[in-house]
Amino acid sequence: MDALTTPFLTGTATGAILFLAALGLTLTFGQMGVINMANGEFLMAGAYATYVTQQVISSTGLSIVVAIPVAFVVAGLLGLLLELSIIQWMYRRPLDTLLVTVGVAMVLQQLAKDIFGAQGDPVSPPSWMRGSIDVSGYAWPHRQLFTIVLAVAALGALGATLKHSSFGRRIRATVQNRDLAETMGVSTRNVDRLTFFLGSGLAGVGGVAIALISGTNPTLGTTYIIPAFLVVVAGGVGQLKGTVIAAWAVGVVTAFVTDWTSGSWAQVITFAVVVVFLQMRPQGLFTVRTRGLA
Amino acid sequence: MTTTTTDVAEISAVEPAAPEQAAASPLGSRAHLVRTYGPLLGIALLAFILLVWAPASLSPFRLGNLGKYCCWAIAAVGIGLAWGRGGMLVMGQGVFFGLGGYAMAMHMKLEAAGPGNVPDFMQLYGNGTMPGWWEPFRSGPFTLFAIVAVPAVVSLLLGYAILKRRVKGAYFAILTQALAVAFSTLLIATIKQTGGFNGLNTFTTFFGDNLYDPDVKRKIYMMAAGLLIVCLLVVWQLYRSRFGELLVATRDAEERIRFLGYDPANIKLVAFVVAAVMASIGGAMFVPIVGIISPSNVDATASIMLIAGVALGGRASLLGPAIGAIAVGYGQTTLSEQFPTQWTYFLGGLFIVVLLFLPFGITSLGPKLKSLVTR
Repeated sequence: MDALTTPFLTGTATGAILFLAALGLTLTFGQMGVINMANGEFLMAGAYATYVTQQVISSTGLSIVVAIPVAFVVAGLLGLLLELSIIQWMYRRPLDTLLVTVGVAMVLQQLAKDIFGAQGDPVSPPSWMRGSIDVSGYAWPHRQLFTIVLAVAALGALGATLKHSSFGRRIRATVQNRDLAETMGVSTRNVDRLTFFLGSGLAGVGGVAIALISGTNPTLGTTYIIPAFLVVVAGGVGQLKGTVIAAWAVGVVTAFVTDWTSGSWAQVITFAVVVVFLQMRPQGLFTVRTRGLA
Repeated sequence: MTTTTTDVAEISAVEPAAPEQAAASPLGSRAHLVRTYGPLLGIALLAFILLVWAPASLSPFRLGNLGKYCCWAIAAVGIGLAWGRGGMLVMGQGVFFGLGGYAMAMHMKLEAAGPGNVPDFMQLYGNGTMPGWWEPFRSGPFTLFAIVAVPAVVSLLLGYAILKRRVKGAYFAILTQALAVAFSTLLIATIKQTGGFNGLNTFTTFFGDNLYDPDVKRKIYMMAAGLLIVCLLVVWQLYRSRFGELLVATRDAEERIRFLGYDPANIKLVAFVVAAVMASIGGAMFVPIVGIISPSNVDATASIMLIAGVALGGRASLLGPAIGAIAVGYGQTTLSEQFPTQWTYFLGGLFIVVLLFLPFGITSLGPKLKSLVTR
């Protein structure tokens, strides 16, 4: 049994992180057509926010609880800053936003190296997160369970916001029909900014989970950005349920292939699986029905 | 004409000398001749600088560096075709650069080992046996064939799978970048077959010529620079052909092209394959000039650097990608030697500034200024 449960559980935890990383991407891509390659660096910002919080508050248990909102706000503000300074001038050129944010990612990464050093810093998990639970013979670390809880909580909060708050209603209106939403008095500019804040902030929360699992590192963004994008591509752009399923699937597939072969082959095979999957569903798992061409 | 950086329609109007504009003026008129053959003068000037001036006046060390930039420029010319004219942001050209580079490196490694022998690193890391797929690379002609055929087949299969399903825009860009990440990880993992993180290095001869002989080095430089000029001529001809016009039309209005009875996927596929082959040729020349090919030369970061050059030079222009790639290569050598960390800031800042203010690169500066003056 262990040969199946271990990669399944680890993969689910990886999928949870990928989900948090992909949420910001899919929100901004679905709503504004902006591809934010700097989203991985927002994960990194969240991880460093956790590290700094732990330096300030020495109690590990309290620091993690404080770190979650801190990471959300820090990463969210970085995203807002990016939108205000650069992205807002480039809304009509989606491919160029991709490249501009590649440049931003480089700058942020180097900035982190200069501030915190090229070596990663460890983040010590609180005592209640150090144990593990026994799942049919496999000692499953609490940290992975925590990651999944964090992702589920984020999903619930985001889902509720989108569905029940007036802000969420405005987001959905903007995604469905920007011009019509504007006609109805929705300030799509403000909605765009808030979405950027929200998406980047959620990446920051993902950073907290990463910090607990593998510590901080200036280059951790590059590790997650490509798998996160594969999740967006496979799940369908701007689709919450598609992102959930695709993140989970990519996480589990990667874990299983890693188990059977090696981490490097897993990357190659996951990539191949996504390409083959796109053969069947070129628009991803879920798509918004439209009368548009292609 | 007013020009704002945010307006796409006006920017594409500023875009230099596209063939469809040439077709609007009567054939044989002076303007038509300038538009059609003017770029040839540019290529001739570049050829003079690279093939006559540089070998005569640069030190062997600097000439070697210039040769390295020429290899990147060859790949960049292909990116200009696929991205600038075809609208496909190819973020994984390092893969094809690597396919050519590794093919050449394997041949040179076997040459260094001598007939019947196994490359040194395989004895070091492995049990001294050579994988079967290395064997054909003992043959020079086969290697040259593989440098063109392997990337062509890989890009054809991948491009067919992606483009036929109408995966485009950002999706396409992300998939190509994911390919680059997967490729470099795979190279690092297969240390016994490909040298892993260290890549392939310590060569002695290049098709029988001693690599350390200054005359041979100069000859290899001339080959790289000459191939760059050849690639520019190929692209020049492609741009003024029917295919070139179809490619631009596909970039700007894919649906209309489909309704006219063409398959846009086929048009884009040709551009993608040509770009891949050019990247491979660049990679193949890179190896004898630099003396090493490793995963860091072919990974996502290396691919992004190629894109940076093309963006700086002007993606849709003929000479822009080549000049931009040479400029970025030169910038990397000079800046990263003195201030290693500042180079990253510089490269990142370059992306931001160029794409915000000058999306069609330095070659669009001229027409842009002109439009400001004549307003």
